[in-house]
Amino acid sequence: MAAIDIAGVSTVYPNGVRAVDDLDLAVADGELFALLGPSGCGKTTLLRTIAGLEQASAGTVGIGALDVTRLPPGDRRVAMVFQDYALFPHMTVAENIAYPLRVRRASKAAQRDAAERMSGDLSLTGLLDRRPGQLSGGQQQRTALARAVAADADVLLLDEPLSNLDARLRLEARTFLKRLQRELALTTVFVTHDQAEALALADRIAVMDAGRIRQLGTPREVFQRPADMFVANFIGSTPMNLLPGTVVDGQVEFAGTRLPASGVPGEVTVGIRPEYLRIAPDGVLSGRVSIVENLGVTSLVTLDCGVPVGVVVPEHEEPAVGDELRVSPAPGRVLLYGEDGRLR
Amino acid sequence: MPERRTWAVAFVAPALVLIGVFLVFPALWTLYIGITDYQLTGPTAINPRVVGVTNFVSALDDALFTNSVWLTAVFVLGSAVIGQNVLGFTLAWLLRRVRPWLRRTVEGFVLLAWILPGPVVAYLWFAVLSRDGGTLGTLVGSNTAWLVEYPMASLVVFNIWRGTAFSMLLYTSALAAVPPSHLETARLVGASGWQTVRDVVFPHIRGHVLTNTLLISLWTANDFTPFLLTAGGPNHESEVLPVLIYRRALESGQLGYASAISLLLLIGNLVIALVYLRLLRRRA
Ligand SMILES: Nc1ncnc2c1ncn2[C@@H]1O[C@H](COP(=O)(O)OP(=O)(O)OP(=O)(O)O)[C@@H](O)[C@H]1O
Ligand SMILES: [Mg+2]
Repeated sequence: MAAIDIAGVSTVYPNGVRAVDDLDLAVADGELFALLGPSGCGKTTLLRTIAGLEQASAGTVGIGALDVTRLPPGDRRVAMVFQDYALFPHMTVAENIAYPLRVRRASKAAQRDAAERMSGDLSLTGLLDRRPGQLSGGQQQRTALARAVAADADVLLLDEPLSNLDARLRLEARTFLKRLQRELALTTVFVTHDQAEALALADRIAVMDAGRIRQLGTPREVFQRPADMFVANFIGSTPMNLLPGTVVDGQVEFAGTRLPASGVPGEVTVGIRPEYLRIAPDGVLSGRVSIVENLGVTSLVTLDCGVPVGVVVPEHEEPAVGDELRVSPAPGRVLLYGEDGRLR
Repeated sequence: MPERRTWAVAFVAPALVLIGVFLVFPALWTLYIGITDYQLTGPTAINPRVVGVTNFVSALDDALFTNSVWLTAVFVLGSAVIGQNVLGFTLAWLLRRVRPWLRRTVEGFVLLAWILPGPVVAYLWFAVLSRDGGTLGTLVGSNTAWLVEYPMASLVVFNIWRGTAFSMLLYTSALAAVPPSHLETARLVGASGWQTVRDVVFPHIRGHVLTNTLLISLWTANDFTPFLLTAGGPNHESEVLPVLIYRRALESGQLGYASAISLLLLIGNLVIALVYLRLLRRRA
């Protein structure tokens, strides 16, 4: 068990790409932490830098009380699950799981023991003598997880652990992963570019872009109050409404309406999540319904209020295209972004 | 339908003729000569008689033949199966992570040994190993006549030097096919270099190892370059089978006898190949 402490870390690839750029991050002991961001933002590189598979070109990486910046991966007490699971095809499931013990020259009995214990914890009972090629995707993923846990490391690193599973299995594996992590209370960092996955699983999330952290917080904080427009755009299953507006005399004008707002006068971008808009007879925003997209229990309705505004409405309130509709934002859910793109 | 078949036959016929003329016919011809008392000169050169298996029987009885078989086995095992294989793999493994310019330089040098023509390298090694003013002798400050005093050892070292390039290149490409995440998994659990090779690398490249070993074994067993270095001497001490065959056929003129030995070498090759194929298939 150990916390992770990253201070001023940069990782530069030999070709000059600065994939992690002067980054600070502290992951608490026992925390389930998500690194989230668009493709190529440096998530994998940061994870590999923690593991020691890439050498930090500046800064320090600490695990527990130890500065591991110069330690080889094998001495850092970290375990990692790769996106392709990296199961050894010529070994059985049991041999795969017990591989960390084999490397440490544990007895055959101890190896078998560990494999059996792990297989119980990870619903792999009865599969121990199969080869990875004879497992389903979910079973392979759990085998890789079992091997990582069997390594008895202080820190567990997962690179897109669920991305190779189909949508249904992914939900199952998600719940499973969360429960396992709770039981083991193992400091865990996982990488994902699926914001829903990060919101659902993590205790805290770091949203990354271009090698830096844009925002760090609990899923709730990140979802409700994105620190800048990049995060606002990235988080949420339906894109946030970002509407041009102006602040004058303690009010913000946008989309043909005004709301009370404090702050210095000037150009702003008004951010309102479609989920935080409600249909109300006295709503402040009004417009004609131009598109209705079915999301299952809810629908995403696009209103034409001069600019398009997305609203998520429950199924029993679903309007027809062409209807006039008035909507109101939930109190305290209107965000103002300044010209620098940061939350005001 | 019959017309199609005619066309098909017409298309493969040239290939079949070539194989027949250059492979099947010489093999059968060797078999035929092997059962005659054909000589390079003298009366039997004009009128060879069929003598049945006499040549084969006397070969198996011939101390020089058994000596040659033994030397060939040492040569193949020492220089190919162990030498080229191990050195080629080690180079490929070590060069995997070094700077590209260093890798290319080493690869270039190793390849040079492979692409230079046999007589040229034989001459080079003559210069390196000769007693008076040989490069090696000068370097270590002795005037040993390496090719005379340690003929087999010299041949083994020479053939390792000459043939390692192939194994190195083959293993380099084989190693590139080992998934990096597998190697990194081993690194993360703290596996040593040897453990990584044993548990992760070798199982992935097993097929390559067998194929490589088969090829270099056959090439080495049939290699004639030793003749250019030691000519089988001194006193038959480095007379591997191809050299023995050559000397019997062209120095002693016993073409029938030499053909019989050729055929035995061919059978030996065949046995090696079958064993390897069996091993290779066991994997699947
Ligand atoms: N081995 C490498 N050599 C050079 N540049 C690399 C290497 N690996 C990654 N990069 C570059 O570093 C940047 C960050 O890559 P990284 O793999 O960390 O992104 P990521 O956030 O994991 O993306 P994804 O979600 O697509 O996996 C990218 O611009 C990428 O092109
Ligand atoms: Mg990645």
